[in-house]
Amino acid sequence: MEKRVVWRSSWLPYALVAPQIVITIVFFFWPASQAVWQSMLLQDAFAANVQFVWFDNFVELFRDPRYLASFRVTAVFSVLVTVIGLSLALLLATFADRVVRGGGLYKTLLIWPYSVAAAVAAVLWVFLLNPTLGVLTHVLRAMGVEWNYLLNARHALILIVVAAVWKQISYNFLFFLAGLQSIPRSLIEAAAIDGAGPGRRFWTVVFPLLSPTTFFLLVVNVVYAFFDTFAIVDASTAGGPVDATTILVYKVWRDGTQALDLGSSNAQSVVLMLIVITLTVIQFRFIERKVNY
Amino acid sequence: MVERRPLFAVASHLILIAGVAIVALPLYVAFVASTLSFDQVTTVPMPMLPGAEAINNYATVLEHGSGLASRAPVERMMWNSLVMALVIAIGKITISMLSAFAIVYFRFPLRRTFFWLIFVTLMLPVEVRIFPTYKVVSDLGLIDTYAGLTLPLIASATATFLFRQFFLTVPEELAEAARIDGAGPMRFFRDVLFPLSRTNIAALFVIMFIYGWNQYLWPLLITTQENMYTVVIGIKRMMAGGDQATEWQLVMATAMLALLPPGIIVIAMQRWFVKGLVDAEK
Repeated sequence: MEKRVVWRSSWLPYALVAPQIVITIVFFFWPASQAVWQSMLLQDAFAANVQFVWFDNFVELFRDPRYLASFRVTAVFSVLVTVIGLSLALLLATFADRVVRGGGLYKTLLIWPYSVAAAVAAVLWVFLLNPTLGVLTHVLRAMGVEWNYLLNARHALILIVVAAVWKQISYNFLFFLAGLQSIPRSLIEAAAIDGAGPGRRFWTVVFPLLSPTTFFLLVVNVVYAFFDTFAIVDASTAGGPVDATTILVYKVWRDGTQALDLGSSNAQSVVLMLIVITLTVIQFRFIERKVNY
Repeated sequence: MVERRPLFAVASHLILIAGVAIVALPLYVAFVASTLSFDQVTTVPMPMLPGAEAINNYATVLEHGSGLASRAPVERMMWNSLVMALVIAIGKITISMLSAFAIVYFRFPLRRTFFWLIFVTLMLPVEVRIFPTYKVVSDLGLIDTYAGLTLPLIASATATFLFRQFFLTVPEELAEAARIDGAGPMRFFRDVLFPLSRTNIAALFVIMFIYGWNQYLWPLLITTQENMYTVVIGIKRMMAGGDQATEWQLVMATAMLALLPPGIIVIAMQRWFVKGLVDAEK
């Protein structure tokens, strides 16, 4: 779609796009190209010795068992965050869509976690699940569970999953609710007249019609789990115990700041960049299809 | 509801109430903790009803921070967060509106190139270019400045797309009429497009304000002095002293202060918030 009526000026359009383009080049393209360039360099912490090594950093990276372990942790983490987050949100949205009274109130009460910073969400859950004085730790202990996320790798992973799911629930809920409300009532009524109960109607009519929303949320949640959860990890487990919760974005940061291994850190950045590009392409191809559909 | 099933309706409400309760639990416990004394917070189990230390705790963090770990006053941090959120929200909206206007209403060489340059930034989140971006900012001498905190986050492909989509739906007749009346492009932008975009601006403002207020990784790298900390970073620093040194009642008071402004904006501007969220993903 293009405008027929346009203005003509030899300089004005350039002046209008200039602020955005300058910021984009200085803070996006230049650093990103530096990351790609440096991912092929071997340098010590003070950049005194620099050597061009082609793809050695990448080869090294994929030979490093700790990097592969971080990949596994990220995979498990993002699957858990996505599956649990989507299921809970879908459950709540389905019932919020059904209730006649109070739907708006429930909506208001469920959307506010969106406004909580990921780091703050992590701190709130760290407090609830603190090994010595957490309120939930006390409840768990009464049930016979010796909860300690500082020592137990599985507990640490559960902690970051819970915080990440909690933070994302409003987003998923809102999109599911909007999706449910756009399903024509007549279809559901027709199924009811044919004798299908609520459960049957959900699985054979509502759920298939909701699949565009579900697929969209699937991609968004994977991106969220991969990239937006840095704050959650840093403010709660700091990647520990040992490397049990060191997800990929956290490892990039730690290898750059603490291990001072810039070549490897930049190689990791490039790998992450390829992952984002893949996910963005999937998302856009899908959205194009949805428009035609 | 298609058929009447009273029991089912009751069950629906119960499930929703359980959901709301689980979602609200961390907030409630944090609020209670922020009103207790140090001794009360460290008893196991902690009291589940608000105590009497609320004013004391909030006044302490606002003016002196948490005594044991970080002495930076939260007042200052709240101010830094506010500046950061406002500059990012307003800045993003301004530069995206201008570039979308240029791309939609002008024909000029490189128009497509610029559009793609902006589009590709979607694929370069801060997390994947942390250190090189840090180096650019430090070479420009912007460490510990508001410019350093905000400028690198101000370019937004999402907002530009949103305004582009919206401008494309504005009827051609408006631009034609403006031209016949002798208005130049900037006059048309100010008197026609800007007023028409108000709802879009409000919706984006809510989303971008929250985005700016809640930033973590970037301020963590760019702020080295306590007087430049944002409140989200401040909370993390308060816990840096380890378990013994953490004054949880003060950390929780700070957490409550940190989540209040974006929380109020989401609840008060709920309609625009939902619109912004849905539009931003198109």
